[in-house]
Amino acid sequence: MKKIIPGAVALALTAGMAPAQDNTIRMGTEGAYPPYNFINDAGEVDGFERQVGDELCKRAELTCEWVKNDWDSIIPNLVSGNYDTIMAGMSITAEREEVIDFTQNYYPPTASAYVSTAEGVDVMSAIVAAQTATIQAGHVAETGATLVEFATPEETVAAVRNGEADAVFADLDYLVPLVEESGGELVFVGDKVPLGDGIGMGLRESDTELRDKFDAAISSMKEDGTLNDMLRKWFGEDTQVYGEDGGTGSGS
Amino acid sequence: MFSYCADPDTLDTMRWFACYLTTGVHKSFYLAFFKVLLLLAITAPVALGFGFAGAMAARSHLPPLRWLGKVYIAVVRGVPDIAFFLFFVIALDQAVEYLRHRMLCPDWEQPIRQGADFVVCQAAKMPLGTAPQFVHETYGFFIAVFTFAIVFGAFAANVLYGGMRAVPRAQLETAAAYGMSQRQTFWRILVPQMWVYALPGLSNLWMVLIKATPLLFLLGIEDIVYWARELGGTKTSRFTSYPHGDWRVWYFLFLLVFYLAFTRVSEIALERLMLRLTHGQATSGGEVQRKAAAS
Repeated sequence: MKKIIPGAVALALTAGMAPAQDNTIRMGTEGAYPPYNFINDAGEVDGFERQVGDELCKRAELTCEWVKNDWDSIIPNLVSGNYDTIMAGMSITAEREEVIDFTQNYYPPTASAYVSTAEGVDVMSAIVAAQTATIQAGHVAETGATLVEFATPEETVAAVRNGEADAVFADLDYLVPLVEESGGELVFVGDKVPLGDGIGMGLRESDTELRDKFDAAISSMKEDGTLNDMLRKWFGEDTQVYGEDGGTGSGS
Repeated sequence: MFSYCADPDTLDTMRWFACYLTTGVHKSFYLAFFKVLLLLAITAPVALGFGFAGAMAARSHLPPLRWLGKVYIAVVRGVPDIAFFLFFVIALDQAVEYLRHRMLCPDWEQPIRQGADFVVCQAAKMPLGTAPQFVHETYGFFIAVFTFAIVFGAFAANVLYGGMRAVPRAQLETAAAYGMSQRQTFWRILVPQMWVYALPGLSNLWMVLIKATPLLFLLGIEDIVYWARELGGTKTSRFTSYPHGDWRVWYFLFLLVFYLAFTRVSEIALERLMLRLTHGQATSGGEVQRKAAAS
């Protein structure tokens, strides 16, 4: 053992000592939250964020590579340097701002909605499912409802289908395709709730230079309307888009 | 895969499934089975090595070495696996990067710890940020092997330590009476005989290790349980050519069969090994074999 360990360390230390290039950016995502990010039939990361992210990298003249990571450990792995950005439908909140930095939002403040199998569920007192460590889970905990948390979005919806929870609370855009294709099994209940400050790209707090680059790229995409086109493509014609001044106006 | 897969909506059931089960994502799923098997094939011997070293250290005559062995066994066995996997792997990765940072970027001025951030120079990144994804995955895989080996090594060390103590004292005394040195007694008398006492415990560990592989996704490795959950989840027609409802139960049923078959094969193999190890031993199993051969 004594002989092997220093050898292994030396090997690890010298492996791949190629000259450093600063411009490969690793983009972390969850890959389980369509239409924001998901794995397509070919096994690649796809979705709204993939398209926006690739365009941002092009504009910022960076080479980007997509990496999948579990939602639970997505922030620890960012601050530890295993990848450089998070684009995973992550809403900008004060709580997260304490640990990581965000760019300006590339998706306007999201509406979240309740979905249930029956009309007339009182979402303020029912059992409501939400994904762990999301703003939706935080919101449900503040209402009078009983919160049940799940690790993935998929499980929150399944909990409603099998009766474990009365309703699920999640981003409206995640729920819309599911409700449409459920053949009437799932319905929206209660009011839509605007939460968070929109969705932004998460970066390490020390990475100010990279954040400025992406911020500028997002601004330019907002200005020339490409971001709005992508929003409409992935979320439908009626989605919120950015106005002339970069603020949000609804509908198109 | 097949030429008729271009428009899945028009296919009959058989062909639809033929196309569905050969998509890129499903190939990743099948590949994940090999990943898990490879992980087990590498981890098991490495963990046994850690265990053996740990057990030897724990019964050493040198106090520091003995303490080291005992602390290793006690600490790793006491910490929950999931905490160990979240904390240790990141710490290990950072330790490697810290060492590389010290060696490769001596004139770096910024602090490495900036708030919650861990910042090292680009050249110290492990693997390099410019390395292809394949290298990152391989590196992650070996970090996983190492972590699994440390965790299961601690349990194995405890089992082997018990196995070594179970060898009848008279055997060792006889060896000493024949003039064998401590080292000779250990390797020629103690080690060959201890396996039979350690094997039931080790086989338990092997079974637990087989089932512990879903912890892999915590380390960013896409194992079979991750893919089963991902593939079985509801797919709407907007995002895939193969929409389906919640099929997780079928995928997990498949995993159930896989794991049951795998553990059954392991059981049979371990039983045979036990038969070989008990041969000629002064245990009740060895006695039964002796009598069967004599009659």
